[in-house]
Amino acid sequence: MDVMDPAEITIQLKSKPELVCIVRSAAETAALACKMDPKAAGQVKLAVTEALANVMNHGYKGAVDGPIWVKLTIEEKDNRCGLHIQIEDECQGVDLSKIKSRPLDEVRPGGLGVHIMQQIMDTVEYQQRPAGRGICLRMSKYTEAPEQTD
Amino acid sequence: MAESANVVQATETLDDGLMVQLVGEIDLTSSPRLRTELMTLLESNPERLVVDLQSVPLMDSSGVATLIEVLQVQRNAGRKLVLCGLQEKVQSVFEITRLNEVFLIVEDLQSAKQA
Repeated sequence: MDVMDPAEITIQLKSKPELVCIVRSAAETAALACKMDPKAAGQVKLAVTEALANVMNHGYKGAVDGPIWVKLTIEEKDNRCGLHIQIEDECQGVDLSKIKSRPLDEVRPGGLGVHIMQQIMDTVEYQQRPAGRGICLRMSKYTEAPEQTD
Repeated sequence: MAESANVVQATETLDDGLMVQLVGEIDLTSSPRLRTELMTLLESNPERLVVDLQSVPLMDSSGVATLIEVLQVQRNAGRKLVLCGLQEKVQSVFEITRLNEVFLIVEDLQSAKQA
């Protein structure tokens, strides 16, 4: 895939865990189209998995009928290719200040998802959606474009 | 959608414990089943539990959390957990979370039997 103009893929799904594999595969494919190597693309796949798991487990608290919108944007600019991932939900009562990683020296189950996302992606940013209608997560990862050869 | 299949594909009795081979992507869908399967296997009190991950292409934090639980059970009982056969993408999860410094991770099954 030759990426010149921004390419945008939008997926709408319900908060069913078994749908996560479809979205993360799309994210991995988008990362490969963004000229990331297979390891980096696999990590993007993991970051999306963690993000959606947080929405489903903590935001919707296991309810399987919550709406989720995922937008993948591939953008080539200034010799860099960027993959921008936006995940929006309608989860209520989420305190953004509590979305953070925990100390890694505590060896216990849970609480690693945000840390993994922050380590994999170049930027991770949470915002409230307008009128308090849920959360918007934006995260991006960039890769250097290969040098042009004549 | 169809119910997910077992995550533990095979088990093998070792001289001093048990080897389990996992298969497939381990995420929020499959990790509850993995937890149940591993906790059941731990009831046999294996001195050494080897978890072979060579057929696991993806593991998220819920899968890692399950393995932390297993590690805690084994350590509290003075027993051993060894992970082997990690694919590059799975290895990176342990590195990102610095859990590669906590788990005993070796390259292959043969090494795991002697670690």
